[in-house]
Amino acid sequence: MTLLHDVGLQRLFGGLIILLVVATVVGRLIERRTHDERAMATVRNLNARINAWWVMSVVFALAVVVGPIGSVVLFALLSFLALREFITLVPTRPSDHGALLWSFFLITPLQYLLVAVHWYGLFTILIPVYAFLFLALRIAISGDTTHFLERASAIQWALMICVYSLSYAPALLGLSIRGHGTPGPTLLLFLVIVVQGSDVLQYIFGKLFGRRKIAPHVSPSKTLEGFVGGVAAATILGALLWWATPFTFWQAGLQALLIALTGFGGGLVMSAVKRDRGVKDFGNIIAGHGGILDRVDSLTFAAPIFFHVTRFFFGG
Amino acid sequence: MMASVLAAVAQVVAGSSVRWLGSVPTDGQRVFIANHSSHFDFIVLWSYLPSHLRRLTRPVAARDYWERDAIRRYLAASVFNAVLIDRVAAPGSAAGQLGRQAVDQMAGALDGRHSLILFPEGTRGPGDDLAPFRSGLYHLCHNRPDLDVIPVYLENLNRILPKGHLLPVPMLSRITFGAPFRLQPAEEKDAFLERARQAVRALKEAA
Repeated sequence: MTLLHDVGLQRLFGGLIILLVVATVVGRLIERRTHDERAMATVRNLNARINAWWVMSVVFALAVVVGPIGSVVLFALLSFLALREFITLVPTRPSDHGALLWSFFLITPLQYLLVAVHWYGLFTILIPVYAFLFLALRIAISGDTTHFLERASAIQWALMICVYSLSYAPALLGLSIRGHGTPGPTLLLFLVIVVQGSDVLQYIFGKLFGRRKIAPHVSPSKTLEGFVGGVAAATILGALLWWATPFTFWQAGLQALLIALTGFGGGLVMSAVKRDRGVKDFGNIIAGHGGILDRVDSLTFAAPIFFHVTRFFFGG
Repeated sequence: MMASVLAAVAQVVAGSSVRWLGSVPTDGQRVFIANHSSHFDFIVLWSYLPSHLRRLTRPVAARDYWERDAIRRYLAASVFNAVLIDRVAAPGSAAGQLGRQAVDQMAGALDGRHSLILFPEGTRGPGDDLAPFRSGLYHLCHNRPDLDVIPVYLENLNRILPKGHLLPVPMLSRITFGAPFRLQPAEEKDAFLERARQAVRALKEAA
């Protein structure tokens, strides 16, 4: 029960609860004062998002409280569901059935098993080396060469984004930092709070001040004002959390900036995937947010970069 | 109990989003007709009906498949309450007798309060397009002219469990229920069957 002993974790979760209470109260007040039909739709979506944040925060807190295994299992499930949403959208053929069974039921659990036992040397190459080559071979063995390259690439891409990249988040639990041992859950919590905070802040700044579209062809809802305001605010948020992390104030700020920027990149790339496949959301599992992949899109980019940058500069 | 468990499992595996376009789930008598590309088709369609309708809705299925072993016999008889029809003629029987018998069985099921699930293509296809519909649907509607037919389009189930595979890949699917229609007075058999087929196919593109 790490939560009972770790004062930093208690404060982070305490802050999160206060933030959610404030957001919930403000959301209800706005809903009571809104009478315009079109504005009402936005407010309802906002409140649906806040409600979903409660659920997601409780699930995440429970996973962290249970200990490292809780986080690994939670992210393994998220990967499985994200992979399901991704594969649904890509043009696989019946002859890919074997390769897909391998991806869902063997490669995904194996990746998280390696993360759980902190086998750095293998979890960093399982999917980019072994699964990459094996899946291409498995699809070739099926004997169906129609759109071979598209099918093989799509399945490999799905695994890289939904499983490999996402698994770097719980992998932070095994990262040892020079002079700090293995700070474990605080690193994970720092990453998740900053990346999700950055998403929310970009959304709020975009709704309040957004005028110039930043990528009209890829993601019409993203604005320059939302990007700059959200990234700046997330950087300040991360810097202010330095006391819970192994970083100094300025280091925490720089890490948060990196997380916010890479997270934005993840959101943009996943929007491009959705545009390409002609959908608005990856799913409808979380009310107001869409699918799992719509919620963790920024994390898929931020997690591996944050992991390797931290390991390179602070690893011990 | 068994039915609820099975329905819950089917819902997890298929992860369907369900849309009712132009019809609502009521307990009026109707026949659901759907495209057929996977062994999962009818279990999934059935499991996504509201539970009180599930008890009132009987799938029409092939006797030779569902009576092959004890488990399937149990499921067909006790869980799905399937209407089992013969596909293989007894030696020496007259041509067309099988079809008449099947229509009689379906009409018999409709004498109660039950609705039916029917796959008018007769057999599973590859999933890219619908095969022509068999004539049983026409004869059934001819027998029961006030029967509502509800077209249903099942999307992605052929990718979850394609023909010839044992293990399902848990992809997301979609079930679309369309607007009810009936056999028009004096409507020709082929015209009606083609209209029914187009009604199912149109749901694929429906926004």
